[in-house]
Amino acid sequence: MPDCRGLSFALFLSVVPLAATISAASVPVYEGHTMSDGFDADSVQQLESVYVTAHKSVPKIIPAQRLAGERLQRLSAHSVADAIRYFSGVQIKDYGGVGGLKSVNIRSLGSQHVGVFYDGVEIGNAQNGIVDLGKFSLDNMEAVSLYNGQKSSIFQSAKDFASAGSIYLQSRTPFFGEGKKNNFKAAVKGGSFGTVNPSLLWERRIGENLSMQISTEYLYTTGKYKFSYSKRDGYDTTEVRKNGDVRYYRAEASLFGNIEDGRWQAKAYFYDSERGYPGASVREEPGKYRHQDRQWDRNFFLQWRFHKEISRFYRMQLNAKYAYDYLHYLSDPRLDVTTMYVDNRYRQQELYFSSVNGFRLFEWWSMNLSADLQYNTLNADLTDFAYPDRYTLLAALATSFDWGKLKVQGSLLNTFVTESVKKGKPAPDKNELTPTVVASYRPFDNSGLTFRAFYKRIFRMPTLNDLYYTFIGNKQLNPEYTTQYNIGACYEKSLNGRFWKKVKVQADLYYNEVEDKIIAVPASNQFRWTMLNLGYVEIRGADVSAEVSASIAKVSLNLLASYTYQKAQDFTDRESSYYGGQIPYIPWHSGSVVFGAVYGLWSFNYSFIYTGERYESSANIPENYAQPWYTSDLSLAKRFDVGDCKLQLAAEVNNIFNQQYEVVQCYPMPGTNFRITVSVMF
Amino acid sequence: MINRVPTFILALLLLFSCRKADVIVPPEEKPVAPGGEGNEITGFYLLNEGNMGSNKATIDYFDYESGIYSKNIFAERNSGVVKELGDVGNDIQIYGNKLYVVVNCSHFVEVMDSKTAKHIATIPIPNCRYIEFAGKYAYVSSYAGPVELDPNYRLGYVAKVDTATLEVVAECTVGYQPEDMAICNGKLYVANSGGYRAPDYDNRVSVIDLESFRVVRTMEVGINLHRMAQDGYGNIYVSSRGDYYGTPSKTFIIDSDRDIVTDTLHTLPNSNMATGGDSLYVLSNEFNYMTNSWTVSYAIFDMAQKRVVSRNFISDGTEKRIKTPYGLAVNPQTREIFVTDAGDYVTPGTLYCFDRYGKLKWNTVTGDIPAHFAFTESKVDLNN
Repeated sequence: MPDCRGLSFALFLSVVPLAATISAASVPVYEGHTMSDGFDADSVQQLESVYVTAHKSVPKIIPAQRLAGERLQRLSAHSVADAIRYFSGVQIKDYGGVGGLKSVNIRSLGSQHVGVFYDGVEIGNAQNGIVDLGKFSLDNMEAVSLYNGQKSSIFQSAKDFASAGSIYLQSRTPFFGEGKKNNFKAAVKGGSFGTVNPSLLWERRIGENLSMQISTEYLYTTGKYKFSYSKRDGYDTTEVRKNGDVRYYRAEASLFGNIEDGRWQAKAYFYDSERGYPGASVREEPGKYRHQDRQWDRNFFLQWRFHKEISRFYRMQLNAKYAYDYLHYLSDPRLDVTTMYVDNRYRQQELYFSSVNGFRLFEWWSMNLSADLQYNTLNADLTDFAYPDRYTLLAALATSFDWGKLKVQGSLLNTFVTESVKKGKPAPDKNELTPTVVASYRPFDNSGLTFRAFYKRIFRMPTLNDLYYTFIGNKQLNPEYTTQYNIGACYEKSLNGRFWKKVKVQADLYYNEVEDKIIAVPASNQFRWTMLNLGYVEIRGADVSAEVSASIAKVSLNLLASYTYQKAQDFTDRESSYYGGQIPYIPWHSGSVVFGAVYGLWSFNYSFIYTGERYESSANIPENYAQPWYTSDLSLAKRFDVGDCKLQLAAEVNNIFNQQYEVVQCYPMPGTNFRITVSVMF
Repeated sequence: MINRVPTFILALLLLFSCRKADVIVPPEEKPVAPGGEGNEITGFYLLNEGNMGSNKATIDYFDYESGIYSKNIFAERNSGVVKELGDVGNDIQIYGNKLYVVVNCSHFVEVMDSKTAKHIATIPIPNCRYIEFAGKYAYVSSYAGPVELDPNYRLGYVAKVDTATLEVVAECTVGYQPEDMAICNGKLYVANSGGYRAPDYDNRVSVIDLESFRVVRTMEVGINLHRMAQDGYGNIYVSSRGDYYGTPSKTFIIDSDRDIVTDTLHTLPNSNMATGGDSLYVLSNEFNYMTNSWTVSYAIFDMAQKRVVSRNFISDGTEKRIKTPYGLAVNPQTREIFVTDAGDYVTPGTLYCFDRYGKLKWNTVTGDIPAHFAFTESKVDLNN
């Protein structure tokens, strides 16, 4: 991408924290400077390309999408999950409301194939393999990026190679203006569902090479909202979603350090929440029973990252993490007469260490060797629980060639997993070798056109629940494999015209297979299930996205549109009448549009999401038909500069046409809702 | 440009196909049998459970006269009933001129006119499971008995419902997670499973005197009891599901005169049973967590001789097509045998009709998890 060069150089000159501009679907401008993870291997590469060699940038040869900075903040989004909906090739499974589970499924491979990284280190969930993105607010988030396959940098941990698709969440990096030592930001958001959401941020420059950041946030919502179900010539009912209240508290403290030819970052994260589970909205005597299921979560982690350029030929990165996750689920028949008593506590711990070693053999040839070691343990007060411990050793060998117009990367990941249990026998050890090959070709020097292709084979381990959960688990499970083939093209051009400023169009075609898909199979009745490697799915899809920036008079305009076509077929059972049916919840057509306009201190945003018709089961019959849904959200913000103090007011209206819809069967979504944000920064 | 924004938005909205009005899915009618076969039994209702949390319990109807199988008849015939039949249909019976469906996770018994399948009333009973009738009362088992100090030890109960007023008139506490029931000699026998307390299952049958509606005896039988059937000699057959590990499924025989267990049929695993004359048809689809495999059998037990006479009542090899044998019924007149295949639970199942010799007569697609049958002797009018 030739245009990146000049652009990144300009950005580099403007501020020090580097932009991963090549990954950028947008070039984020946030408070007058660009921000990114100083550890982002792309940006490191960028640094070299600009600073050291003054040419050469790593091509974004794997499809990537990114929302960052002001643009991310302007979206009417409560959580990271809401923002990810705007990416192409993505489906969010959303159980509704602020507290409902929100998980992301990239290109229909399944949510357990998505790696979620927070400030560069993966957020694990060995228990069920799903990260609830609804728990990550956008309050302190600087960028959200999505990669199909893997991040197209080879200088990364083995874990970065280990998922079929990845989401990188990048929290705010401190930036101090000339002569400034402290940054403060206080904000309060509030609105529908009785939501109150104050947050505080404090950043301090401790020394020339050290700064710190503290970010805290509290949220309370009653989670109550009205929803309707109506049928033509039939019933019409409006009810109120209850027991969807959420209370959470988040606190993060980070240190950012610079050393000679390197930097480090340490972070402590704490999240504490209590939420109600409103349950499936099925037929019941209206108002007769109150669903009172509750869940308490406590998540804590400490992570540390270190990067250093040892020489022109060798650079290294170290990552370390400790995480503790506590989950308590209570379903009490004393509160809800219909329910079965469940009072379980799950405690997970994770220890992770990673060493990344990058070698530049020649200008055109780099190698990388990463080794990650991870330990997971799960403790649960379930009857006959196995108390599993899992040790995972990942080793990745990667290489990249840059022959000017043609760039090729290849990586091999070896994963060894061994488990031990206190009760019964552990699952057999697993040792898997998985390859990835990525290539990009730029036919003309300054055309802005790049062709790209990748092949990736990767698996997900059966989760500890899949293997050991009492009455469900099956120790004989094999890993669930995915194979991805992708070809695509990207056209990106900065047009420094009077009106058009920038255009970027990306299109990819892909074919994926999911083999040995782990699915729940009824064991003998509705209450007893087991897990088996039964499923086989083929996915044929196309992702298209386009972005245009323009300016007219003093108004700068930006339009981002994406469209996804997916044919995701279940080929599990040849005998089934529904062989080849579209898999549950995957629409054939989906898309989004985000339109932003900025005029001076005013900014306006319109966002639209469309999810086409789909079925709730691979039996694509009328009983399982799910209506398309589409929502429109509007937001308007104005900033006031009072001395050194920046005050911002924002108002948003979401789902302006009050559409009544479901993303997941029997989990109604909220209709029109409002939110007001007041923030002050100095 | 700003002025063009609304136009632009409008254009976008038009670009995408809009929502059609949500419709009630109409029944699907399909001739499956030649017709003209009815005698006193004119047809049957089949209750599809629907997977838990999907609100997809449905009722199908087969008419012997026309040979037509009508799939999903409740929703359209009761378009004013909010959210159709409900979540997890667990039992269906006809008594008098009413059709009763126990909707487990909707926590009520749906009462309909047995000739039209039209809604009459709902009887709220939390976590209700099975229904039986005697005299002017219906008896409904429920998991949701009184909560004692330790919520882990929550007994179930049987609700006594007046079939005239459709009101619960009395409740009788029984064992843990009561399932199926049988009425014999003026007594109601209740199979207690203790399924919520696994692996500490209940193993008792509660015997309720119908007159006083009190538990008069509690008999230890076997763990995780489930279904019940009766012969013509005062015996009650009870199935035990075992623990899915070391203890296999079995069948027990209770003598209702003496209220003792007379026989333990160790080699008669039992998921579901139905009677036809002196024959007890027993379907078993037993899963074992140690081997991760299923063992299927279709046995016939002679209740007069008390011996197994067949280990496979399907005579033409059709069993190979049945993935998840689930529901079982025998037409008391024609002795046709009905076996349902629940498949993967999340796509529609299949109903197989065999003649009395176990030869396939016809089969058809049903709703999700086809499971429970109610034969009817009155003319059912689905056009009304």
